[in-house]
Amino acid sequence: MATVATERGALTHPDVHQFDEVNKDIVKILSRPGKGWWALFFLLGAGVLLFFGSWAIQLWKGLGVAGLNDPVGWGVYITCFVFWVGIAHSGTLISAILFLFRAPWRQAVYRAAEAMTVFAVMTAGLFPLIHLGRAWHAYWLFPYPNSRFIWPNFKSPLIWDVFAVTTYFTVSATFFFLGSIPDIAAARDGSTGLRKRFYQVISLGWRGTDRQWHHFGKAYLFLAALATPLVLSVHSVVSWDFAMAIVPGWHSTIFAPYFVAGAIYSGVAMVITLVVPMRKVWHLEKYLTIKHFDALAKLCLVTALIVSYSYLEEFFLTWYGASVVERASLWNRMFGPYWWASWTMLTCNMFVPMLLWFKRIRHSIPALWIISIFVNIGMWLERFVIIVTSLSHEYEPFMWRLYRPSHVEAGILIGSFCWFGFWFLLFTRVLPPVAISELKEVLPPPMRKMRKAEEAHP
Amino acid sequence: MSATTSTRMTGLLAGYDFLDSIVDAIEGLKKAGFKKITAYVPYPEHHIEAALGYGQSPVRVFTLVGGLTGAATGMALTVWTSSLWPLVVGGKPIIGMPAYIVLTFELAVLFGALATLIGFGINAHIPDLKPRVAYDPEFSAGRYGLWVVVPPERMEEARRILEAQEPAELRVGEQEAADA
Repeated sequence: MATVATERGALTHPDVHQFDEVNKDIVKILSRPGKGWWALFFLLGAGVLLFFGSWAIQLWKGLGVAGLNDPVGWGVYITCFVFWVGIAHSGTLISAILFLFRAPWRQAVYRAAEAMTVFAVMTAGLFPLIHLGRAWHAYWLFPYPNSRFIWPNFKSPLIWDVFAVTTYFTVSATFFFLGSIPDIAAARDGSTGLRKRFYQVISLGWRGTDRQWHHFGKAYLFLAALATPLVLSVHSVVSWDFAMAIVPGWHSTIFAPYFVAGAIYSGVAMVITLVVPMRKVWHLEKYLTIKHFDALAKLCLVTALIVSYSYLEEFFLTWYGASVVERASLWNRMFGPYWWASWTMLTCNMFVPMLLWFKRIRHSIPALWIISIFVNIGMWLERFVIIVTSLSHEYEPFMWRLYRPSHVEAGILIGSFCWFGFWFLLFTRVLPPVAISELKEVLPPPMRKMRKAEEAHP
Repeated sequence: MSATTSTRMTGLLAGYDFLDSIVDAIEGLKKAGFKKITAYVPYPEHHIEAALGYGQSPVRVFTLVGGLTGAATGMALTVWTSSLWPLVVGGKPIIGMPAYIVLTFELAVLFGALATLIGFGINAHIPDLKPRVAYDPEFSAGRYGLWVVVPPERMEEARRILEAQEPAELRVGEQEAADA
């Protein structure tokens, strides 16, 4: 009479036996933080002050305190913007695209990756405001009927960007929150006192009834289906900020797929960077197994290959296209004053990740972590190389100038990492950082008939 | 509906440790003609949804309507505002469709996602800050819960069906709302 299938696909968590074990292990993380957490909290808090302090200096004195000048009008700020939007992408890849593909390893990492997405977009969203200089005029970007009824130019990629990034933030935050609701309810049921009250409110009265799950499943599926093309569009739009211009080194049709692959690449690296310490500190070894890291490393390798291919394609087409200006721009990029940035980028993005071909490296968590840091650095530099070297060496030789970031820009760059880390740190203590309910989906369900059979034939 | 919301309904609340137990219990209750059955599951479990017999979720209509509204809004906004100020720049057409597709797409996704969220809220009755349903904190951890509204004269029959599947706990409960 039982209509229940007795087995479930891949056993990704062989050491987790019981459903309530997951709750205990994950809700435990939300308890009182230790000394290390507080130390990190104050360190990152100081970085956040640096971030806003530097910005305040710029607001007070004007954009002149940044190293930006003709012809390099886009520098560290836009580099950071593209970098942080890129970081966001792998979160959506893991939560939405791998959900649609039913990858059984995504469950353990996706909540952290999704939180990373939301915070990275939050960080990225500040950079256009910083870059504006007069940030209080930011609302000019939004479509509203002003006094002379002039609307934004919807043919401009910068306006597309406004729409793409705000949509991306809204949708990824919605997706993140919707997915968290059942886990917040689990945290509510596993906590007491003021925390319980807090979770009671933000779980919105989730009880896990069949009716709630039924609509939840559909809503989640549709959000994933909407987020999948969205994530591909967002970095394409970001790439068009460059590709639509005629600057040599920017004006290229492969920019959209190249940027999307690069975004996912940097994001997966950032997931590894964040998840390795989480696993160590909270002893999540049975949830984040070597298999999960192997899968992440393979994703990293695939995107590394796409990015490497794009680099080679760029070199080839510059040569094959025979445009004097393009060739000069590329030569300047590789052997000009910014040679160090280009070669570090190639080393970090193209050569170092090739170590991931080896299973021994993929299965070594310290090695993976170190490679992920290399990729983070390389991908930041990639954006720097694309933006700065191209602008510094455009068409007319009398307009060639170098750009050097100022202290204020350095402060904002370092501060942005602290601001991002600060939110992520808060997240790990406030919301369950591992998806409790979705983990149970990949665990074998407890079956009475199997248990009885085992008792009869031990 | 409004006549029943104020009355309290009694029923049985059972907790099962095993998935096949609760599925069998649901099937037993349905066979005996009990209608108001609610299952509590710690994770989305399709066997339970199948046992309770669900059709298509109306959330999909919200997503579709939201997406189409967003696309129409994006297209209308770009075309309308361009035609308000018909100034040719760089020899490009006043209404440049390829450029406007980006905005149309982004707004389709934005409106679609928000409509999905609203559709979920309406259909799943969320937010519901003071839920009035019978519940046990174990149901979000590892136990499958089953709540069935039982008229007093059939209490024994329902209890027999639930007990046949060896519940970890079974108690009489009450709930206020009729639509849980």
